[in-house]
Amino acid sequence: MSETDKNLEARFEAYVAEEKKIEPKDWMPDSYRKTLIRQISQHAHSEIVGMLPEGNWISRAPSLKRKAILLAKVQDEAGHGLYLYSAAETLGVTRNQMLNDLHTGKAKYSSIFNYPTLTWADMGAVGWLVDGAAIMNQVPLCKCSYGPYARAMVRVCKEESFHQRQGFQVMLNLAQGTDEQKDMAQDALNRWWWPSLMMFGPNDADSPHSAQSMKWNIKRFSNDELRQRFVDMTVPQAELLGLTIPDPDLKWNEERGHYDFGEIQWEEFYNVIQGNGPCNKERIAARVKAHDEGAWVREAANAYAKKENEKRSKSATHAA
Amino acid sequence: MTEDQHIQAILRLGDDTLVLGQRLSAWCGHGPILEEDIALSNTALDLIGQARNFYTLAAARENQGRDEDKLAFFRSDRDFQNHLLLELPNGHFGDTIVRQFFFSAFALERYVFLSRQLMDAEVAGIASKALKELQYHWEHSAQWIIRLGDGTEESHNKVQQSIHDLWSYTGELFEADEVDQAGFEAGLLPNLELLRDTWNTRIDDCLQKATLQRPEDGWMQRGGKQGIHSEHLSYMLAEMQILPRTYPDASW
Ligand SMILES: [Fe+2]
Ligand SMILES: [Fe+2]
Repeated sequence: MSETDKNLEARFEAYVAEEKKIEPKDWMPDSYRKTLIRQISQHAHSEIVGMLPEGNWISRAPSLKRKAILLAKVQDEAGHGLYLYSAAETLGVTRNQMLNDLHTGKAKYSSIFNYPTLTWADMGAVGWLVDGAAIMNQVPLCKCSYGPYARAMVRVCKEESFHQRQGFQVMLNLAQGTDEQKDMAQDALNRWWWPSLMMFGPNDADSPHSAQSMKWNIKRFSNDELRQRFVDMTVPQAELLGLTIPDPDLKWNEERGHYDFGEIQWEEFYNVIQGNGPCNKERIAARVKAHDEGAWVREAANAYAKKENEKRSKSATHAA
Repeated sequence: MTEDQHIQAILRLGDDTLVLGQRLSAWCGHGPILEEDIALSNTALDLIGQARNFYTLAAARENQGRDEDKLAFFRSDRDFQNHLLLELPNGHFGDTIVRQFFFSAFALERYVFLSRQLMDAEVAGIASKALKELQYHWEHSAQWIIRLGDGTEESHNKVQQSIHDLWSYTGELFEADEVDQAGFEAGLLPNLELLRDTWNTRIDDCLQKATLQRPEDGWMQRGGKQGIHSEHLSYMLAEMQILPRTYPDASW
């Protein structure tokens, strides 16, 4: 590293430490840029892949009101994808490049979306737990040091709380419903609980990038801290629903002032990340299919826009 | 117009919007570009919202203890009276856009009339609230017709084919049956012959801008308003209705 680079980096770190925002044109270390591109594009991919498991139930939503709410929710996720792709583009990468990385498996997305949505109750569990965990992860990002990402997250988080509420409402209706509905709700909680805890990532001891991200004010709290918060928040909600969290080790720890909970099956976590989850292949295949089948539409839109531009610049030269 | 016919007319408005809304919602997560996932979902949301309003009104008028969900989930395909065009499978993006283009040009004019008629203030209220939405649906689909028609050779050919494929489903929009006739005489429903003229103008103008050909009018499919549908509708309803029908005592 040259002397100037060292100076720039020192200034950058001091700047970030003062809670100031980095903007696209500001100097930033290469590794900061790379980390952000990786994180923001992964986040954007999670939003659009996340549309699939819930989109799976739009056509079968059991009332018109539920259909409208679910559709609005999944549509919001598309909007989140857009904000985030735009934020990542300010770092010098195109949406097309990012999508290509997703389609070829080079880029990751949140592993939770590789689990199947098997019953209507999964719409409740996903909104309540998955969006709930996402909020935990995302609220601190509203203060992230990179301006465009922080601003995108402010918009995202506003909508996420509606997502979580609608999920909880679906669960509540089921939990107060017929015996079959209660069973459906419990079954969904059983299947989604552990994957939701995995959403916070590996234990702190096994999370190598975390320290640097904390220093850069990209990350504010450790994985384990956020996971603990999520458990503490969710246990009383499950009690309110009259549902049982599928963890025999779960109990209040008076001394710590937190709930203790059981060990996560990390082997499953790493396998799902590596592509062995129940729906990894379907999810990517669905994204690739939509993209490939839409190619002629995008080409047409580009060709038309180009023609229009040419017409416009021609008439501009004539006018001059 | 009899009370029954009046209710039927409202129910039909609900059926058209629900069936198309259900179809369009399947694009959410699968569009050619993220912006279109959002646009088509928006349109679907508008239509489902309109359907809920029409069903709620129809249910109140018939006063038999049904509600929007009973009307949506506990009637079979022979009871649905939507136009055939709306139940057709989504096909590719061009097919979906052409269907939307044909319907929106019709629905926009229909809602303009409904919002102004003085025979049923509640229908007028629902229609005038929906006018802006319909205007957007029309513009959105018309813009895509132009982009696809005047885009690449491939897109031109594809969308021209969609227009040919769906053309025979447009006649039904303007074919009045007894309910339409009675509704027209009572001042609730528009004159479908006049509507055909404004529809033609809209469609022809846009097709011309898009460098696309209007097909010759030939044999037209019909039957939706009599509950005689394509084979597609009962599959669509089977999927849509599965939960309420499986758990009739549950509320969600
Ligand atoms: Fe989201
Ligand atoms: Fe969400």
